[in-house]
This record gives sequence, structure tokens and C-alpha cells, in this order.
Amino acid sequence: MNVLEFTAVVAIVSFVAGLLGSLTGLGGGVVLVPLLTIFFHVDIRYAIGASLVSVIATSSGAAASYVKEGFSNIRIGMFLEIATTLGALLGAFLATRIPTSALAIIFGAVLLYSAYLSRKPRTQAERSLPLDPLATRLRLNGSFPDLEGRRSYNVQRVPTGFSLMFGAGALSGLLGIGSGAVKVLAMDQAMRIPFKVSTTTSNFMIGVTAAASAGVYLSRGYVDPGLSMPVMLGVLAGSLLGSRILVKAETKSLRLVFSAVILVLGLQMLYHGFWGKI
Amino acid sequence: MPAAQAPARQSQPFKPQPWRDRRIEVILGNLLRTGVLISAAVVLLGASIYLSRHAHDPADYGVFRGEPSEYRTIRGVIQSVIVGRGRGQGIIQLGLLLLIATPIARVAFSVVGFAIERDRLYVVFTLIVLAILLYSFLGSGIGL
Repeated sequence: MNVLEFTAVVAIVSFVAGLLGSLTGLGGGVVLVPLLTIFFHVDIRYAIGASLVSVIATSSGAAASYVKEGFSNIRIGMFLEIATTLGALLGAFLATRIPTSALAIIFGAVLLYSAYLSRKPRTQAERSLPLDPLATRLRLNGSFPDLEGRRSYNVQRVPTGFSLMFGAGALSGLLGIGSGAVKVLAMDQAMRIPFKVSTTTSNFMIGVTAAASAGVYLSRGYVDPGLSMPVMLGVLAGSLLGSRILVKAETKSLRLVFSAVILVLGLQMLYHGFWGKI
Repeated sequence: MPAAQAPARQSQPFKPQPWRDRRIEVILGNLLRTGVLISAAVVLLGASIYLSRHAHDPADYGVFRGEPSEYRTIRGVIQSVIVGRGRGQGIIQLGLLLLIATPIARVAFSVVGFAIERDRLYVVFTLIVLAILLYSFLGSGIGL
């Protein structure tokens, strides 16, 4: 393949990655890393560099409209970002000290179970939750534009969510990818935040977490301009389209897309654990 | 447009809240969009130069060689753009650096936004995030 063909094909694949990444709050890396390494025979380090670029592009591309429309909760994002960035520092520190294969297998199994859990939409009773004193003190409760008007929500189990976010950060430092998944799951399943708010707030956060590790990858020479260029432009276009779709989409269908992508990520992690890096 | 309240549901324990942080959200949204558009424009410019010269070269990323040092640090990238040796790649790399800067700018602006709202707790939270972010970004040897 010559550079022109390669650029065109990678841009198309990245468009799809950006679309899925912005709809699910996972970033584009989940789709991009295995495709680049398996089908385009890109070295894993270049793929990780490109994936990092794709996560920031998805996050910033979609966040503009998610923040403006009032979906992402910037307080929840900033509060939890403390846990994530600290966790990422710990993960990077531990990365050379503990074997990641066992961790990848556990994480993979957790993701497969989560794919099953997060498929189910919430019942009306599960939506009406009491005020949590800590969430109220931290001013985390908010509202978002539902299909039939603006809907308020009360955040639950803040300490559990905060701890899971610390774990999400550590995992992303250890395994390279997968922090978006834990972020969405922690907000959706533990803190009982509405699904669209969970995915868009995760989308807001993943860019910040990725920027924290961008310096390391850039200075190690992982970020190649020729490869990252079609990735960035494709992902950006995909995430802009994705952010338009999410606003009007039914939560039920978003949950299905999310659970399918999580399933793929879980299988990736199991593969990673048993046979080494993809 | 005033924030519309959700229609009342039976036995709803929510206390309906006004849409807070509206102003910060609009400014943050515009900041992000501007940052992304500028970086995309720079990458596109670099891409057109790069593709016009290398379109028919073989694309091979199978072997990791690592980027040359001029694409690994902020100073290196800026120098390669000024000197023009970048052949497009330097300009692309500059666009990528601008892209990486948008989330950092977003956090930095949030500090200001929460300060305007006199929300001390969140000024502190956001400053902590900004400090960790700058520590790991600048501490990585990327240089200034």
C-alpha cells in the first residue's frame, strides 16, 4: 500500500472509531488499536501513539457540543478526574513492576460481565433516587436534556465511584487502553448517573486523562505524524457526527452499542492476557 | 433559552434544580471547538504538503523505529516548522501538539470559570487536576 491509499483507508476506519467512541464515551482506541495492528500490521507502539491522539480528538471533538447542550456534568467530571489522574500516575509507576497479563484477564472477565449488565435499561423506580448527602455537599446532582424535557438526577454512592475512578486511572496506566469503559460503568452502574450523562461525562474526562500521558508517548517517539494525521482527521469527523446522533438517540439503543463495544474490549483483554499484546 | 423543567412524574423525590453552570458550559464548549478547529486546520495544511510529496511512497509501520528527535519535543517541533525541514510532517506534529493542548486549556479555563462562580471547593479540585496534569505532561521529558 502506498501512503495515499494507506491514509485514505486509515481515515475511513478512524471515522468509524470516532463515531463509536463519541457515542459510547470510550474514545476511539478500543476499535483503532486492534484494527491497526491486525489488519494494517502497524507496530503496537505506533498504534498506541495513534490511539492516544484518537482519544483526545474524540473527546475534544464531541465535548464541545456535549458541554454546550448540557449533557456532560463538568463538576462530576472534574471531581472524579482527581481520582483518575492520580490512579494513572500510580499505574504508570507500577507498569514495569507487575505482570499485566493476569490483570488483563481479570479486567476482560469484568468487562464481559459488564457488557451483560449495562445492556438493561433502567426502570422508572431505579431512576427516582433519594438525595445523597455527600453528592449534595459536592454539588454533583444535576439535570440533562431528556427526549421529553430537562430531567434532574441525584448521584449515588460517591465514595464507590471515586474509588472505581482511581482504579480506572491505574488500569489505563497499566494496560494502555480501557479507562473509558471503567469510567462509564462506574458512573452508570455504581453512581446511578443517567446513561447519556455517564457517557458524555466520560467523553469529557478521557481527553484530560489522555493528555496527562501524551507527553510520555510523544517523547518516546510513539506519535508518528504520517499515521496520526488520518487518524486525527477521521476520528474528529466521526466524533462530530456521533455527538449529533447522541443528542437525539434513544438511551436503549445507545446501551446496546455500548454493550457491544464493551464485549469486543473484553475479548481483546482476554486475548491480551492469554497470548500477549495485540 | 430558559432551561425547561422536566414534566412532573408521580411520586417524584427529585428537587428540580435550575440549570447551573450554563455560562461556563457555553464558554468551555466554544473554547474546545476553537481549539479543535485550529488544530485540525494545521494538521490539514501539513497533510496536504506531506501527501503532495509522499503520496506514492510505500506506507510501512510494521517496524518501530521511533520518531526522530525533532518530532519528540515541543521545541523540536517548533524548530522543524520554522526551518521548513518538516516536509509537512513537522506541521502535522504541531497540529497534534495543539490538539493535546485543548484538554489542558479546558482544565485551566475551568479554574477561572469556577472562580467567577465563587465556588472555592471546585477551584481547589480543578487546581489539583491541573497540577497533576502539568506534572505528568511536562515531567515526561517533552521539554518546552
